[in-house]
Amino acid sequence: MLKTFSTRLALAGFIAAGAVSAQAADITGAGATFVYPVMSKWSADYSQATGNKINYQSIGSGGGIAQIKAGTVDFGSSDKPLDSKELAEAGLGQFPSVIGGVVPVVNIKGIEPGKIQFTGPLLADIFLGKITKWNDPQIVAVNAGVALPDAMITVVHRSDGSGTTFNWVNYLSKVSPEWKSKIGEGTSVQWPVGVGGKGNEGVAAYVKQIPGSIGYVELAYSLQNKMTYGAMQNAAGKFVQPSRESFQAAAASADWKNAKDFFLIITNAPGEGSWPIAATNFILMYKQPKDAARSKNALAFFKWALENGKAQAEALDFVPLPDELVKQIEAYWAAEIKA
Amino acid sequence: MSTDQALPAGALSASADAVARRADADRRADRFFRYLVTGAGLFVLAALTGAALSMLWGGRLAFSTFGFEFLTTTDWDAVGKKFGALVPIYGTLVTALIAMLIAVPVSFGIALFLTEVAPPWLRTPVASAIELLAGIPSIIYGMWGLFVFVPVMSTTVIPFLTRYLGPLPIFGPLFQGPPLGIGMLTAGIVLAIMVIPFISSVMREVFLTVPTRLKESAYALGSTTWEVAWNVVLPYTRSAVIGGIFLGLGRALGETMAVTFVLGNAHQLTASLLMPGNSIAATIANEFSEADSDIYLSSLIALGFLLFIVTFVVLAIAKLMLMRLNRNEGNR
Repeated sequence: MLKTFSTRLALAGFIAAGAVSAQAADITGAGATFVYPVMSKWSADYSQATGNKINYQSIGSGGGIAQIKAGTVDFGSSDKPLDSKELAEAGLGQFPSVIGGVVPVVNIKGIEPGKIQFTGPLLADIFLGKITKWNDPQIVAVNAGVALPDAMITVVHRSDGSGTTFNWVNYLSKVSPEWKSKIGEGTSVQWPVGVGGKGNEGVAAYVKQIPGSIGYVELAYSLQNKMTYGAMQNAAGKFVQPSRESFQAAAASADWKNAKDFFLIITNAPGEGSWPIAATNFILMYKQPKDAARSKNALAFFKWALENGKAQAEALDFVPLPDELVKQIEAYWAAEIKA
Repeated sequence: MSTDQALPAGALSASADAVARRADADRRADRFFRYLVTGAGLFVLAALTGAALSMLWGGRLAFSTFGFEFLTTTDWDAVGKKFGALVPIYGTLVTALIAMLIAVPVSFGIALFLTEVAPPWLRTPVASAIELLAGIPSIIYGMWGLFVFVPVMSTTVIPFLTRYLGPLPIFGPLFQGPPLGIGMLTAGIVLAIMVIPFISSVMREVFLTVPTRLKESAYALGSTTWEVAWNVVLPYTRSAVIGGIFLGLGRALGETMAVTFVLGNAHQLTASLLMPGNSIAATIANEFSEADSDIYLSSLIALGFLLFIVTFVVLAIAKLMLMRLNRNEGNR
């Protein structure tokens, strides 16, 4: 919320300057704000272990993609994967770094966290403005025994472009044909109803302020702000609570083996225990970097982070990648990235 | 004179030389000074045209793609790549209008109180307090608006307005809708608080310049304080007062951070002032960093150009009104 447009611009400028002035051992990266907490924890611990410094600037996924394409950083990071065609055009490689999840949060008096349940189509209809009251029969049908008030629903969405929004609307598009045809998916969309908050913090603040509101934030924000999150029905038809376990189940059940350049969005993942709106953060690096030594340092950092940084990620409510996936990523590095 | 006679001829011509040299140096200094101030003046013009042209250039893709429809459509669809600026333009104008409707009378009251009514010992502290208000960063106003003022609006003010003004004919629809607390009315009120220091400190300064004899004469003729303020002080200071109002209006049109917090950032055109909307500056601040297509980025820069035009048009209209007012004054 405090991060204004101008500070982001300034940061973008600093990266360009920083890439030049940094010492040879320094690794620079820029991108998604979502992974900033775990990136800074990893880089602090990595620097203690090896003496190499990581300089990560959280300027947003769009900024991260732009900076790596411009070649001002050693790696970019994005919550939205690039497809193989775009990667090939820019000469970039891509791999996942860490997994999180997006959760619906509500502000209804007397309802405990996790006690209200949603299905995908229900969320889509609420965000389309078709369901306008909390005691609508469709909401009541999946919430037997929950006292839902006769109150207006106010939708809260992100006002800025965001990887969180991307994963949220990607899921809504998968479960609702109407959402797919009318609204579609992207880092920002034309919301039919509701108010927009800036950042996860902005959405969290609006949901807390407006009685009868529903929004979406990353799990860590809902836990920190003690918000009432909802349970979701997953692709297997089971209702699951948002947690590290259900995010991990989604990551494990996703079909990474057949995903070229790891282009896989793990929303609506199969599996009985999978959280349906899990989100992956991706790292972008040049396949044939101009400065191979710097890319080598960056890969060494990610190897360390993916293998030894699991506890730090979990402490911050992120989900580390499953071991099998880490092995697949290391094979991808060896095959694709000439560093 | 005796002293003239005492000076030798050589000394006279030497002093004439010195005078001439001095005059030359003065002329050079004068010329240099003129270049300097002309440069300062031209710098403003160059910066202004440079900013306008670069925004026009950056927005050319949006203007050429959407043409005039960019101004008249309400779409803002990053997925379908269709953009129209009507919602942000409307939101910018409406919030600034609400702000001015509140800020101008209140500022007039503050300035009048401080120059005519308040006891002398109270004037300086209150005047400094108002100027301090002008120094508060806008993000503080935004956070105060969201965490303190919005709950007051949604629980008290808006239910009152919808209950008593909502059913009225004609302007009733302005006050209908759910009590979100976030919306154009709230944004307008927060903006009003932000521009009051600007307008009131200018008003106070110029009210102090009114010659005492004019006021004393009016008082001597039996005028009340109100009559003195309305018929003597205000006409005497009118153009400076309007200048101060312009200053506040400019800030209200361009304010970003505070508005982003309390306006709701929704690209929807609604008649009700209680519903969320969007403003030009807030849209740019929210969406610039993640604008992921050329047309999206271009549309945002084009919005910046439109803010420029909107501000220019509003100020031009106000200037025209002032000129007409002055002419009518002459005819009376």
